[in-house]
Amino acid sequence: MSSVIESHHDDHHHGPAKGLMRWLLTTNHKDIGTLYLWFSFAMFLIGGAMAMVIRAELFQPGMQIVEPEFYNQMLTLHGLIMVFGAVMPAFVGLANWLVPMMVGAPDMALPRLNNLSFWLLPFAFGILLSSLFMEGGAPNFGWTFYAPLSTTYAPPSVTFFIFSVHIMGASSIMGSINVIVTIMNMRAPGMDLMKMPLFVWSWLITAYLLIAVMPVLAGAVTMMLMDIHFGTSFFNAAGGGDPVLFQHIFWFFGHPEVYIMILPAFGIVSHIIETFSRKQLFGYSSMVWAMLSIAILSFVVWAHHMFTVGMPLAAELFFMWATMLIAVPTGVKVFNWVATMFKGSITYETPMLFAISFVVLFTIGGFSGLMLSIVPADFQYHDTYFVVAHFHYVLVPGSIFSIMAAVYYWIPKWTGNMYDERMGRLHFWLSFVGVNVTFFPQHWIGLAGMPRRYPDYALQFADWNMVSTAGAFLFGASQILFLFIVLKTVMGGKKATPQVWEGARGLEWSVESPAPYHTFSTPPKVN
Amino acid sequence: MEYQKYYVPESSKFPIFAAFSLFILIIGASSTINSLDNPESNASLILYTGLACFLATLFFWFRQVVKENNAGLESAQLSQSFVYGMAWFIFSEVMFFAAFFGALFYVRSFAVPWLGGEGEKGLANMLWQDFEATWPLINTPDGGKAFVIAAKSMSFPGWENISHWLPLYNTIVLLSSSVTVHFAHLGLKKGNKKTFNIWLGITVLLALIFVGLQAAEYYEAYEHFGLTLNSGIYGSTFFMLTGFHGFHVMLGGLMLAVMLIRSVFYGHFNEHKHFGFEAASWYWHFVDVVWVMLFLFVYIL
Repeated sequence: MSSVIESHHDDHHHGPAKGLMRWLLTTNHKDIGTLYLWFSFAMFLIGGAMAMVIRAELFQPGMQIVEPEFYNQMLTLHGLIMVFGAVMPAFVGLANWLVPMMVGAPDMALPRLNNLSFWLLPFAFGILLSSLFMEGGAPNFGWTFYAPLSTTYAPPSVTFFIFSVHIMGASSIMGSINVIVTIMNMRAPGMDLMKMPLFVWSWLITAYLLIAVMPVLAGAVTMMLMDIHFGTSFFNAAGGGDPVLFQHIFWFFGHPEVYIMILPAFGIVSHIIETFSRKQLFGYSSMVWAMLSIAILSFVVWAHHMFTVGMPLAAELFFMWATMLIAVPTGVKVFNWVATMFKGSITYETPMLFAISFVVLFTIGGFSGLMLSIVPADFQYHDTYFVVAHFHYVLVPGSIFSIMAAVYYWIPKWTGNMYDERMGRLHFWLSFVGVNVTFFPQHWIGLAGMPRRYPDYALQFADWNMVSTAGAFLFGASQILFLFIVLKTVMGGKKATPQVWEGARGLEWSVESPAPYHTFSTPPKVN
Repeated sequence: MEYQKYYVPESSKFPIFAAFSLFILIIGASSTINSLDNPESNASLILYTGLACFLATLFFWFRQVVKENNAGLESAQLSQSFVYGMAWFIFSEVMFFAAFFGALFYVRSFAVPWLGGEGEKGLANMLWQDFEATWPLINTPDGGKAFVIAAKSMSFPGWENISHWLPLYNTIVLLSSSVTVHFAHLGLKKGNKKTFNIWLGITVLLALIFVGLQAAEYYEAYEHFGLTLNSGIYGSTFFMLTGFHGFHVMLGGLMLAVMLIRSVFYGHFNEHKHFGFEAASWYWHFVDVVWVMLFLFVYIL
């Protein structure tokens, strides 16, 4: 028996296996990071295509392109795919690539579990997407799947949706356990908690949030399953339950979830701004405390998504004030980024352009969030395009821009090649213009009263919808350019130095580019 | 201190098998559930195939880890990774139960009283004006039109009937099992494998007794009290909370049984290396704590 294991052990430290098996059987954090990132990109393009269907239908008032039933399915799948398929896996992919290198570990702590976390996702999303071809169509109840739309009135494919959510949750929980254990247990000697790179800190907190709330989501979809098929009455008032209970459980998951999608972005942007300002980050420890406060507060603000559902006044007030509190640590972060740039020797390479526009546009999304947190004002804004504009500002020029910034910033380390700077900047400006043209007008039509989630609208909203659709297609098309730039960089390009960027600091820049298949088999010294 | 190399397997077939069998499993589960009223359907075959493949993969995966451990591939650092990993896994389980306890507390404190016309949102009483809020909720708000009204609940039946009250025996059994598993642990730490095996065997036996008692309780509820999943929100919360707990008891009991087999037949574990057992015993204590919460909030209060 032991001889089997010995021979197994001897294989250690050969390069990657060849062909498809390398990707199916890999336990290497860099391979798995790459898999996550490509999967996320594929989902981003699929979810983006669905957004194009939505925007094309909204180009003019009236029904032109799709049936309302199909519009609802596109809307639902767009949200689910972007949240669970694009943004979250992209951040997990970045964590896989970067966390072990940043803390000086040989790999993730639980390498086989890491492979399982990834490979569950294509299966889960395969099932979710296949529901488009099932009888009754794909889920059509919005990404928040409120009961009773998602229970009493749901299409039969909801059962497949429920189980695929279970699988996505299992994947997230296992991935997060891996990240936490890596950070807690695998740091190189001398890397104290308060010396960790901020991206590592941001992921430690994110992973904690994920482990805390993904099981709650699993509970919510389990209750749905039981209500639909086994006669329970969790969300049915006739049996003593309450449809509002669904919203409470969902948003107890959902609000930490939105911070799960932004905290790693905070980490990324901190690194990039520091590097291209050629200065040390301003207020490192306040950055850590701000992220911790945001994470803790995220558990006590969930009902601000439900101000109009009919809650007791005391609850409305509590959730309003708790929500407003979050502006404080978020403000700390924004001021710290600005202070880092202040009097820095700034250069504007593509990652820095994305990072700066992240700071500006994410702050706009943050401010509209503050407006929404005011209960009496929210009665007006609720379920209008103002909300759509708000969360797209924090998710697209927020999370997605930070992911793009991270790709441009670290791709020389991943591939050993520099990307084409001119094309990168072109991609940035097209995306920047596209995003603002798409989403800024949605603030106005929302304030004017256009409700979200409908395939049609009143005539007075026609002009800005047309503008918004034009912007969406510009943004969508410019992502094809992004794909092209990434492919071109993978194929070849100017060779990157180990440090890549003049101001870059951190362990990942101490190894050659591309990073060797195995880094830090013995831990490096950290001062 | 000399640095021990962290063992990273070069590649592994287990995860992709696990992922693929889960894929089959959930296709099977969804199709089976969607065709519950179609007796011709063969979807359950897919479900069982997936389940069998998944369990087999887990068996071989764990066997491999045990082999690696016995071959001395695991450094102290890797063992520590398993310790952290198990702790965070249990935390995720805690949050899963928190969702169901949260639902119970919300329903009892807000939804049911509002439906009965009490409190700030008592306006809800206009839906079914004859409904009066009670807990345990036996009469559903719609007066049993869509749901089945049970004869009685599973709550504390009063001191005079306490000797027939199964949950009390369940509590005694499960609390004692937490003590016996601790005795097993103490024995092992002293290097006394015989003490370990005996106390662990008793623990597994108690787990079986608990599951048997709970089966009897469910039988009584369904057959004698007419209390089912269809009995409104009381039946829903009762069966989901105790059911998921019971499922976790089976899982924890299985873990402990595997540890017993490993110890008795394969001579695994000694006073220094026994985290496999420790992880299972942590899980067992967690299951026990959940039961105490259940006993308090589902049965007594």
